[in-house]
Amino acid sequence: MAEIRIENVRKEFGSFVAVQGSTLTIEDGTFFVMLGPSGCGKTTTLRMIAGLELPSSGRILLDGEDVTMRRAAARDIAFVFQMYALYPHMDVRGNIGFPLRCQGVPRAEVRQRVAETARLLRIGHLLDRPVSALSGGDRQRVALGRAIVREPKAFLMDEPLGALDTEFRHLMCTELRDLHDRLGATTVYVTHDQLEAMSMADRIAVMRHGVIEQFGPPQDLYDRPATMYVADFLGSPPMNFLAFQGAVGRGDRRVMIDGAEVPVPELREDRGEGPLALGVRPEHVRFDDAAPLRGEVVGAEYMGTTQIVTVATAGGALKARIPSNRVVRSGERVGLAFRSAGLSLFDAASGRALRSALHDLAPVEFAAGGVRHG
Amino acid sequence: MAEVALNAVSRRYGATVAVEDLSLTVGDGELVVLLGPTGAGKTTTLRLVAGLERPDSGTVAIGGRPVTDVPPAGRDVAFVFQQFSLYPHLTVFDNLAFPLRSPLHREPESAIRARVQEVAALLRIDHKLANRATRLSGGEMQRVAIGRALVRRPAVYLMDEPLSSLDAKLRAELRLELKRIKDELGATILYVTHDQIEAMTLATRIGVLDRGRLVQTGTPREVYERPRNIHVAGRLGTPAINLIPAGLLPDPDAPPGTHIIGARTEHLRIDASGSGNDSNSPHSRPALVRRVEHLGDQSYVHLEVGGHALVVLADPHAPLRAGDVVAVELATPLYFGADGERIDRPPPAAQPEADQQVVGHPAVPATDATSLRRAGP
Repeated sequence: MAEIRIENVRKEFGSFVAVQGSTLTIEDGTFFVMLGPSGCGKTTTLRMIAGLELPSSGRILLDGEDVTMRRAAARDIAFVFQMYALYPHMDVRGNIGFPLRCQGVPRAEVRQRVAETARLLRIGHLLDRPVSALSGGDRQRVALGRAIVREPKAFLMDEPLGALDTEFRHLMCTELRDLHDRLGATTVYVTHDQLEAMSMADRIAVMRHGVIEQFGPPQDLYDRPATMYVADFLGSPPMNFLAFQGAVGRGDRRVMIDGAEVPVPELREDRGEGPLALGVRPEHVRFDDAAPLRGEVVGAEYMGTTQIVTVATAGGALKARIPSNRVVRSGERVGLAFRSAGLSLFDAASGRALRSALHDLAPVEFAAGGVRHG
Repeated sequence: MAEVALNAVSRRYGATVAVEDLSLTVGDGELVVLLGPTGAGKTTTLRLVAGLERPDSGTVAIGGRPVTDVPPAGRDVAFVFQQFSLYPHLTVFDNLAFPLRSPLHREPESAIRARVQEVAALLRIDHKLANRATRLSGGEMQRVAIGRALVRRPAVYLMDEPLSSLDAKLRAELRLELKRIKDELGATILYVTHDQIEAMTLATRIGVLDRGRLVQTGTPREVYERPRNIHVAGRLGTPAINLIPAGLLPDPDAPPGTHIIGARTEHLRIDASGSGNDSNSPHSRPALVRRVEHLGDQSYVHLEVGGHALVVLADPHAPLRAGDVVAVELATPLYFGADGERIDRPPPAAQPEADQQVVGHPAVPATDATSLRRAGP
């Protein structure tokens, strides 16, 4: 088991900077997710931790030991790739046991550790099957088994569920998280899927253009995004931004949008006249005839328990997640009320969140370790 | 645009039945989504309409014209595939214009130009017309692929998981665009997917397929709220519907013959105020919170009642933690018989007068014949 630390790590490919000066510590036992779109530097960071890429500058420490220049094979880390590469001519037992046989582990011990791994992954009944006869999910489990059987210090996973159906993916997320809880090994997981990140991670780092925009516990990032980029990346549908113009100051508890007064968490900083954006999560919107802020319903997406209603307002389109039993009609005028304690306010020019009472709250703490900045 | 009618169509591959006795009408201007897992017969059905497969029995008609024996080119359909196949050496404009330049159509170049502009504007790719097809993002490529189907104004569009190769965010965006385009064009679309969110949000009507058979058709709301059987109930809803044995939770309204109770989040009342035993309702039972899974906008709460696992949605700020004991109670759930078919609750008038306070809202009137037949004691 291991603590992973990256210090001022930078990676350039020619003139392109893939990762710029990241520093963070992933504490022992953490399930850590790097989240971002393709090209944001998350896979490059992962490959540097694995030893598959050398950083242009900076250091990587594994349990306090500098491994920056050490070969991948000597780092005692297991890498699980997006495309499960299994040996098609071997059965499940042969595939899982392969890394151990390569290390020259005695036959009896291989047998015992393969059985143990298979039991952990609940594929004990498949050990003698050829891998070609397995479903996608079982193949993924075998690929995981091959990583687990070595009992490495840490697991690195690069979109391991990318090839699976949406519905199956959520099931595998639950399985991966359960497995992590049983093994307790440090895991670094890369994905562009915010739902995977939210459902599995102890800590998330949201990356953009090679820079970590924000990291912390999932619910903390969701509730208190540091930038509009993070707010937009998390949630489905993502946070709404109502654009307006104005100046705000320390102590303000309301903003004026389209002539309507909207209560917000008390501001903790001043900002002169300029473009602002009110950040509203879809589930924090309520239809209230008495609310001064008005909009017109332009459409509804039925989701079963809830529906997503799109409302046109003076500040732009807004999506509300409300119970399905409320009947809405296109063209209907509605008043919009928000759960004010959850609202974010952004400087729309820089995209940065303005400090407010929202940030007074202690961040949600999770039991299983985490990431420290710096 | 035109309507598509499949009448008692079957297709076998050797001993495998891909589609069996399938009858379905896609009305003019309707978007029907066929929903089912891999191997349910969705793609085969599309290919039968396109003429890429011939049925072993049954007939296909498009716009009232029998086309069972008409080759694909004569059917006036446009097919959008899962993987966008664009000509990499052509520009976006030429990719879009390609179907119109076919020797079968012979349209004047000025008409082609106008049509491509119009479709590109509809898909919001008109600023990319001069780009090479390979210099586009995934979402733009798939828009071009859809655009290539749209330029032709066929009688019907057939779409085979057109969004499944895109990431979640793009998928959500293109889903909305497809809906808008469909409304603007008034197009007839038969659409195939295994993604229930796509089906629920896009469809005028959903057809649920299971092993080659069309199990139920209806509006998303009908299929979600009144699933014909356990299979359909399990296809729709996130988290998946909880299926629990009758009697696990007390329910005085359960009709005779109830074997399994289907309880979605909205069918369960959770009371976290007490220790689970001192709830006011006589029909609640204590449940142990095993895990709270935070998804940001909402949480999945994993509960255990009498050895059975239940998953319900909750507000992420609900004060629930693993190890808590809460009270759960059923509120107008779904009932299924031993054969897996849904059983309707008898109308309130036929009920004994006791224990009526549990009922939340009145039962939806029955519409499909199966459930009517199975209603009653």
